[in-house]
Amino acid sequence: MEGLLMKKNTPLLEVKNIVKRFGGVYALRGASLKLFPQEVLALLGDNGAGKSTMIKIISGYLQPDEGEIFFEGKKVVFSSPAHARSMGIETVYQDLALFGVLDVTTNLFMGRERHRLGVLQKKAMEKETLSILNKLKTTIKSIHQKVKFLSGGQQHAVAIGRSVYVGGTPKVIIMDEPTAGLGVEESQKVLELIKQLKEKDISVILISHNLEHVFCVADRIVVLRSGEVVGERLVSETNQSEVVHMMMGVNC
Amino acid sequence: MLSRTEVNVILFFVILFVALGIFSPNFLDLFNLVNLTRQISLYAIIAVGETLVMTLGGIDLSVGSVLALAGVLSAIFRLSLGNLAIVMAIGVGVACGLANGFLVSKLRINPFIVTLGMLNIARGIVLVITKGFPIPIYEGSIITLGQGSFFSVPYLFLFMLGVGILGIFLLGRTTYGNYVKAIGSNESAAWAMGIDVQRIKITTYTISGLLSGLAGVLLAGRLSAGQANAGIGWELDVIAAVIIGGTSLAGGEGSVLGTLFGAALLGIIRNGLVLFGVSMYWQTIVIGLILVGGVALGTLRELRG
Repeated sequence: MEGLLMKKNTPLLEVKNIVKRFGGVYALRGASLKLFPQEVLALLGDNGAGKSTMIKIISGYLQPDEGEIFFEGKKVVFSSPAHARSMGIETVYQDLALFGVLDVTTNLFMGRERHRLGVLQKKAMEKETLSILNKLKTTIKSIHQKVKFLSGGQQHAVAIGRSVYVGGTPKVIIMDEPTAGLGVEESQKVLELIKQLKEKDISVILISHNLEHVFCVADRIVVLRSGEVVGERLVSETNQSEVVHMMMGVNC
Repeated sequence: MLSRTEVNVILFFVILFVALGIFSPNFLDLFNLVNLTRQISLYAIIAVGETLVMTLGGIDLSVGSVLALAGVLSAIFRLSLGNLAIVMAIGVGVACGLANGFLVSKLRINPFIVTLGMLNIARGIVLVITKGFPIPIYEGSIITLGQGSFFSVPYLFLFMLGVGILGIFLLGRTTYGNYVKAIGSNESAAWAMGIDVQRIKITTYTISGLLSGLAGVLLAGRLSAGQANAGIGWELDVIAAVIIGGTSLAGGEGSVLGTLFGAALLGIIRNGLVLFGVSMYWQTIVIGLILVGGVALGTLRELRG
């Protein structure tokens, strides 16, 4: 195991012995993981294994009860998503975290508005929105459309575009079930995008229930069960049935 | 660019204005118009703050009581503090708003409960101070502000215009306005996008308190007294104006321009009914019908897509 971790030198992100409780229930009981530069890491586990809690801690959305986070070699404490975002960690949440009644441009730039002394520079943002939508190859017709009236795939595109293209190049992108509810073609687009991110030197943490998607794009897999890391494999050295066994904790 | 709801409420206002001008001989009388403008302006100033709060997904029921508290305090402290009493009274409005915002955001108490509490507390303090009697104001800048005018345009109207333009700008053109809408639309997503949710909430309730305080001082000037019973029930009229103006009770969507015309619409409907000699009781029924009817029309349109 140690040899496997040493394969690439220094981790970009390291999470050590994270404990998180909700009331008396443990969501994470001392989980650790590393994310290396230019790597797609898949975080797997059954429902309730602690995957979402783990990524919410890395994104600053939740604060751990115990444990440490190191980013680019330095110890960090993410007190809020604003903090993690400012350091280059972006998240595409499972529920997409969009603002239904607001339009596409406003959604894309939320928290990262182009402004002068607090006054929005709408024209500049609308222009950028057009170029972002172009890069995403979406079918969104108008940037003035309310996001709640977009299709599922289009909403995904907005959520992903917001993390990838707005506000400088991120260093890490966390994606919680980015292909859930998408059609075949739309899923392929997302997987393609993940590959492109890797080429751009952006590391990705991916949560997905779809093992085919995971094996298509991930370099390494970390398996969580009941809040603990129970296994870790390079994708090139494992197969789907082994991973399923690790997730379930049984041989079937 | 105007939204459809904004166009509708403005259109409705204009039609009613013209109709009243034609059918009621006294409506266009300068005295009537000036008086009407004064009344509308006070509601509208408070309604601008309420629009921000409701776009945030909250509600402020304390506006009428805070208005009374500020008015009474300005009347009391005018004698010892002079014009500083105005600042102090508005400052008390700010403090009430700050308290509302703090309780709603830091302690996460439901805004309906918090501001209902503030409604009672502020009104109670007013009654304790005044024992129910009006505190007269005979002279000074409070009177000038409340009763004066610039070439027949009441100062109150100018205040409303200033507050309205500032509100339109804040909600429509600034990052602050964006965050208010974001929190009203999806609070946890707003937090996830790095928005300081608590600070925006506190700021917004504080603005509402400030505007209630300002309106309180202006009303005291208009009535030449700090009245213990000023502003009773105003919160409901103000909320009605905000909703007729197209702001969603669910949060996320709001229009200050719509609110200004919503307040104006309610004002001239009342005025028209008075001019036609319709009883007070019927006025209330008409306002209720328009509120529900207006919102129903909006919902129907939304459902049809």
